[in-house]
Amino acid sequence: MSQHSFAGKVAIAGIGATEFSKDSGRSELRLAVEAVAGALADAGIAPTEVGGMVTYSSETNPDVDIARSLGIGELTFFSRIHYGGGAACATIQQAALAVASGVADVVVCYRAFNERSGNRFGAGVQDRAPMANAESAHFAFYMPVGLLTPAQWVAMAAQRYLHVSGATSEDLGRVAVADRRHAATNPKAWFYGQPITLAEHQESRFIVEPLHLLDCCQETDGAQAIVVTSLERARDLPNPPAVVAAAAQGSGEGQDMMTSYYRDDLCGLPEMSVVARQLWATSGLGPDDMQAAILYDHFTPYVLYQLEELGFCAKGEAKDFVADGRIELGGALPINTHGGQLGEAYLHGMNGIAEGVRLVRGSSVNQVPELEHVVVTAGTGVPTSGLILGVDR
Amino acid sequence: MSADHSEELAALVGRRSGAPQVAPDAVNLAMIRHWVEAMGDENPVYLSEEAATDAGFGGIVAPPTMLQAWIMRGLKASLEAESRRAEPETTAGSDNDRMMALLDDEGRTSVVATNCDQHYVRPLRLGERLVTTSTIEDITAEKKTGLGEGRFVTTRIDFVSLPDLGEHASVSEEVVAAGEPVATMRFRILKYRPGTAKGAEVRDGDGGPARPRRPRPALTQDNAFFFEGTRAGKLLIQRCVSCHTLRHPPLPACAVCGSLDWDTVQASGRGELYSFVVVHYPKVPSFDYPLPIGLVALEEGTRLVADLAIDPAELRIGMPVEAELVSFDDELTLPVFHGLPAERDEGG
Ligand SMILES: [Zn+2]
Repeated sequence: MSQHSFAGKVAIAGIGATEFSKDSGRSELRLAVEAVAGALADAGIAPTEVGGMVTYSSETNPDVDIARSLGIGELTFFSRIHYGGGAACATIQQAALAVASGVADVVVCYRAFNERSGNRFGAGVQDRAPMANAESAHFAFYMPVGLLTPAQWVAMAAQRYLHVSGATSEDLGRVAVADRRHAATNPKAWFYGQPITLAEHQESRFIVEPLHLLDCCQETDGAQAIVVTSLERARDLPNPPAVVAAAAQGSGEGQDMMTSYYRDDLCGLPEMSVVARQLWATSGLGPDDMQAAILYDHFTPYVLYQLEELGFCAKGEAKDFVADGRIELGGALPINTHGGQLGEAYLHGMNGIAEGVRLVRGSSVNQVPELEHVVVTAGTGVPTSGLILGVDR
Repeated sequence: MSADHSEELAALVGRRSGAPQVAPDAVNLAMIRHWVEAMGDENPVYLSEEAATDAGFGGIVAPPTMLQAWIMRGLKASLEAESRRAEPETTAGSDNDRMMALLDDEGRTSVVATNCDQHYVRPLRLGERLVTTSTIEDITAEKKTGLGEGRFVTTRIDFVSLPDLGEHASVSEEVVAAGEPVATMRFRILKYRPGTAKGAEVRDGDGGPARPRRPRPALTQDNAFFFEGTRAGKLLIQRCVSCHTLRHPPLPACAVCGSLDWDTVQASGRGELYSFVVVHYPKVPSFDYPLPIGLVALEEGTRLVADLAIDPAELRIGMPVEAELVSFDDELTLPVFHGLPAERDEGG
């Protein structure tokens, strides 16, 4: 597998976010504007220097509205990426491609929504009007039987995974416990000061068996923006650069959107394997070179899958990997040091990238000592993306 | 069927809805003036000291029907309470919150206020500070109403006057007990299942409760055959005409040989349970919860997401299942899978 030529030449220079809440009390566009302004201020870059903007196709805030709001002016690159949270790290990849190829010198990636107080993804697709197109027809085999929400789509695969691997709900719970432990010491997290025990996870009510309430993320109002520029430029800016050592997208064999139920088995995320192979080949690094991992955690089961697909452990052995606090602070591979989307906020993965940047800068509230590299992943169960961020050496 | 919390609800009857509530303001002239102007009540005893004294009240009194206005908590607190209740992830605090959550869990997610009775002990005078306690007085068994099937909930609110309350925003039950009773209000609501009104859209085949229709599948030229097939009593699988590879969900071309030509074969309806879920939340009125849904491996080799007519406690991956086509309404027929006795070698 070839190496991506942009890798190692670009860096994240700025991050900015709003508070994460259940009711922001302001428009999604305003959240986006606040986050982008914050990220540019953090980077020490003027709005007029921005040449590109990247976001998700599910974003409701047009890049041009943000550009007009902040006096960004002319853009030479604007792009949107599909598949919900699967777009997270791909925004950085596209920004990096644009920067490395000279299409734009500074690119801002952003995601903003009132996902909790406004349109909740977790509420289900039952009210979507059926349309005679393939995107709508995708749901034809799920909506009439009542399989309607992301939690339900994930649970169908998870039930099979538990059956085949011998993992239990408690093994899923260890992911939630790790996230909530980290969130408990992060003042920005929704669950700041509220760690949970495995027993509390087990006692929380079922949302959709086998998933308990505490297997599910925190639907959130908020925004996160990230500024990408050349490593050369980033070195002259106020914050230490977070080098983009690799960034990749992946769609797998038999790929479907949340319901890839027709593959040989339901115990893998082949799309994440596509991402992982590119990340390792491009960066020349491997799982052992990661001192932390930010793994997309809208629901706990796919965190176990990701540990396997990224090569931190063999297939079916994630249940053993997550035992004994290995994924908690002080363990061999702390994950989601910000609290993840279960503990900090569900922001379609963008807040996880920001945590990766803080870990590289050495400024996380749950800093991992002597960190050189961190792997960050995007939405699971859909075509996805990933990222390796590293310290500038 | 949805959960039945009759026992837990019965245990809440007689309990306080929440902590005592302190009126934000003492009985005052400004609020009375707004009220009587809005209501068009021109009785002078509500605004004129002289008229009230002449009438034998000893001073201005508040309009009795204004009772509830004194304890209204205002917009901000109301919105906060609403969002706290809408929050599935929080453990609600008060017994009232618990009651509402139980009723929601029974599928009774809609609410309407039905009536409010007030009983006055004596008129309220300017400067009095009121405190209320609320008690869950009654929760009925399920009633069929014009709006839908639901339970009536009666809450009794006792008003006491505590003239020396000062700036306290909250008080204990002991303090309230020392107050002077001035009024009682009974407030009745109906918590009902939306879509279960008499004459609502569709009834279950078994004469069960009426409910909204299931969500419709989006049909295209690629997938419509499946739903036309089930309506005609056949469970169909798409097949490549050229290499006979079966595929589901339907697609316009064969990934094995590239042919765009396809026909269908009729599935036997037998298979085994490859995976399953049991849905508890959110409760969508078209379905009964807990709702088991299966991913069935048909014996022909494709998999299919479908209804399971199997007790959730009996579900096991690998269990043999067989489909029956069930008509949910005049448009929608779907396979519903039942459990089959496991094939056993009796060794005899
Ligand atoms: Zn073929």
